[in-house]
Amino acid sequence: MKSLVRFCFVVAVLGLSTASQMQAQSASDLAPGSTHLINPEDLVKILQSPKGEKPLVLNVGPHLLYMQAHIPGSEYIGAGSDSQGIELLRRRVKPLPHKTFIVLYCGCCPWSHCPNVLPAYNELHKAGFSNVKVLYIADNFGADWVYKGYPTIKGQ
Amino acid sequence: MRRAVLIVVAIILAAGIYEVGRRSSAHSKLGVPSAVVHSLAPDFSLQDLNGQPLALANYRGKVVLLDFWATWCAPCRDEIPHFVALQNEYREQGLQVIGISMDDGPKPVREFYQQFKMNYPVALGTEKLAEAYGGVLELPITFLIGRDGQVAAKYVGEVQMPVLEQEIKSLFPAK
Repeated sequence: MKSLVRFCFVVAVLGLSTASQMQAQSASDLAPGSTHLINPEDLVKILQSPKGEKPLVLNVGPHLLYMQAHIPGSEYIGAGSDSQGIELLRRRVKPLPHKTFIVLYCGCCPWSHCPNVLPAYNELHKAGFSNVKVLYIADNFGADWVYKGYPTIKGQ
Repeated sequence: MRRAVLIVVAIILAAGIYEVGRRSSAHSKLGVPSAVVHSLAPDFSLQDLNGQPLALANYRGKVVLLDFWATWCAPCRDEIPHFVALQNEYREQGLQVIGISMDDGPKPVREFYQQFKMNYPVALGTEKLAEAYGGVLELPITFLIGRDGQVAAKYVGEVQMPVLEQEIKSLFPAK
């Protein structure tokens, strides 16, 4: 009995440790300068280039901001900080091959304060998507995209 | 080996100093009036969180502090206690603070309203209203509207409270 309790304890500690390591890994994936990020100018080049694979661009930020201005061709999913938004993201990517090139973006807040991109990134990571980038928006979508003159459209 | 460690430490320190400088310069750039538009503030008619009508026109004759904010916006959250204090301090002189939340739904706003004991009306924003005020793509954005309904100042980013308070006082009638 004692050995069973000891075994369960070890398994639980290992499980917790692995989960926290995965969380830490995901957070470090999104540290400025990480290769899992893409800068606005690089995304614009990719989207405007006649050649090359085009990403599926998904907005995981607040809807009211998306309605005012968003990246042409991007799809609104829902806020990544919200369980409903994560569920919608899960449903949207379910039929896609795991190698699909996906770019997530929000732009609600300065990078370190954004509550949306990390949960959305973690969800795709957990679902096995291996070609996911997050658009690095240092301050907000207005300052780092719209007012820099990059293409936008309004509405749904 | 020691030299390598020193170099790494120096790089980390330099990066830290650069980042602090970048942030503070962005703050001072954003924390002062970025546009003073001497034009009539666009009117709006919304419902506040309690279902009561909230129309800007009803506050003509008062100095209005119109705050575009959201519960998910950290600098917005930092400003709210100051706005609550300003509302208390200058209510009698004719200050009216109005909050326009850019949240997608009322639930987090109601919770926040209770938690921060907000003492002024708050309504959920709309795309149309945001557009009327020049687009609200970065938060917070604060407008000061004079007693004549003209926009006296616009602040993008977290506002410097002493600057704001001075501007509010200047809009009250001279004693």
